[in-house]
Amino acid sequence: MSMAPQTAQPPVPAGRVGTTEPAAPITAEAEASARRARKKNRLVALAFLAPFLAAFLLFVVWPMIHGFYLSFTNQSLTGSGGSLVGFDNYAEAFSDPKMWGSIRNTVWFTLISTVPLVIIAMAMALLVNTGLPGQWLWRLSFFMPFLLASTVISQIWSWIFNPEIGLANEVLGAVGIGPIAWLQTPHLDLISITIATVWWTVGFNFLLYLAALQNIPEVQYEAAAVDGASRWRQIWSITIPQLMPVTGVVFVLQILASLKLFDQAYQMLGGISSDTSRPIVQYIFEAGFVGYEFGYAAAISYVFFALILVVGIVQMTIVNRRKGQ
Amino acid sequence: MTTATSVADVTDIKRQLKPGERHFGPARIAAFVVLAVMALTWLFPFLWAVVTSFKTEGDAASGSVSLIGENGLTTQAYEKILGEGNVYIWAWNSLWTSLVITVITVAISALAAYAFSRLHFRGRTALFFAVIASIIVPPQVLIIPLYYEMLAFNLVDTPWGLILPQIVMAPIVLILKKFFDAVPIELEDAARVDGAGRLRVFLSVVLPLSRPILGAVSIFVFIQAWNNFLWPFIVLNDTMLMTLPVGLQTVISAYGVQYAQVMAQAVLAALPLIVVFLFFQRQIVQGVATTGFGGQ
Repeated sequence: MSMAPQTAQPPVPAGRVGTTEPAAPITAEAEASARRARKKNRLVALAFLAPFLAAFLLFVVWPMIHGFYLSFTNQSLTGSGGSLVGFDNYAEAFSDPKMWGSIRNTVWFTLISTVPLVIIAMAMALLVNTGLPGQWLWRLSFFMPFLLASTVISQIWSWIFNPEIGLANEVLGAVGIGPIAWLQTPHLDLISITIATVWWTVGFNFLLYLAALQNIPEVQYEAAAVDGASRWRQIWSITIPQLMPVTGVVFVLQILASLKLFDQAYQMLGGISSDTSRPIVQYIFEAGFVGYEFGYAAAISYVFFALILVVGIVQMTIVNRRKGQ
Repeated sequence: MTTATSVADVTDIKRQLKPGERHFGPARIAAFVVLAVMALTWLFPFLWAVVTSFKTEGDAASGSVSLIGENGLTTQAYEKILGEGNVYIWAWNSLWTSLVITVITVAISALAAYAFSRLHFRGRTALFFAVIASIIVPPQVLIIPLYYEMLAFNLVDTPWGLILPQIVMAPIVLILKKFFDAVPIELEDAARVDGAGRLRVFLSVVLPLSRPILGAVSIFVFIQAWNNFLWPFIVLNDTMLMTLPVGLQTVISAYGVQYAQVMAQAVLAALPLIVVFLFFQRQIVQGVATTGFGGQ
């Protein structure tokens, strides 16, 4: 890309190019003016960047640095402590069964939520993309839950999963199953949360797939139809392969989103913390704002960040290798 | 560009080829049935909340799977909530703080994205890389130091303490930069020859061209801000300052087992975004598709 002012004002580049010419005064003058232009460019760029950069430094960069520092102190929320304790917090975290339990719960939730969230979304998009009448209604049905706040969906699903009078048990009771204590049974609680989460957020992935489907050129279907391919055949050998790159992206996004589980788990369980359901973000919250141990909470935050980084790097390596092939 | 007749031909072929269109074969009927069952399944939980909210507390707690309770339809739950709750205040707090977050976020991101796209300065690549790299940092990692920072600034339990940490959205900068990259530079050069400064060009040439993408990212930022839970939950203690998601959460325990009221609240809280969706469906679908992939 060339600099806009130079293309607009031919004399300046002419002067700069002519450094070998004996006309030294012109060159010097041109260079001075180019320097002035560069300086002005820098100031203009700074002016455009300043508001975002200020916010970026204050609310992302500084907290990252300070959080890392805090993780090496015994800082408390009440203001006491604050002296450096070396790696004590990390040593404590790595020998803390609650920390390991919260990582296990988080990874388990990510495993059981990601697969349905990708496959159901793809199925929905493929069905909607057949052009069946009622497009508006399909999109509303599948995407609407995504627009609801975590509080709203938690209240609705806590009500559905209510062990005595909830809809889930009423329906299952009619066919002789239950009653099941969905949110009060260890291990089952995280599965119930997964069900609610799939209902809540699948619409986002559905829209990503729908956008991808609509980008597949019609020409390809036309060519396949001319060759006598059936519709099933077209879906199988044109649509699905074309969706593979998108599926990679959706998987990456979904895994990173699932690892951040907190809102709905915390609220559906009514803030009650159990070793079989507590996700790691909830453990950060509890250590910091219930236990007041800011230093320790900061250390767990960085353990969580390391987890995200490792998962992210692994995913990127896989995606790039695929691209390379 | 082709002639009118060939365009018509192409659309005609498209019609025939779109899987199943105009053919009511068994496959198409099966697809329709599957789709309808899925749509009903997805609508049902919310509809069940609506149904419950129009029951008396007694009927709601009876647990029977009837659409209308034994004591008929009633708006008692809504009257109770709108009469004595803080729902209005929370809704207002949610609305204005989300709007402020959206305006600031989109404004500062657009300015930065333009600088990254069009202006030349030393360190541009490194700086842009730093901003993009920050996308991998989950906001949850920053809550502890951010809370500490808000304490230092005396912003805990204030609207600005709620707003400011939410205005940095690196993916938005990336999406807007990509868009500005694709705007033909000739349009800007023409204005610059006429003597317009960078800001002038940005405001009067680039921004008007960017209206659709700005609309799309604005809707995305607004929905995120409106539904955000963790940060408002941490930084706000004063009931009068709470946003809707945080406020409603405090009421569950207060109302105890009053299911009809809890469901009426959930429905009321959901309503604004559902109405927005009904009006702006196309833009929202577009916005999610653009922003969703933007982070990549």
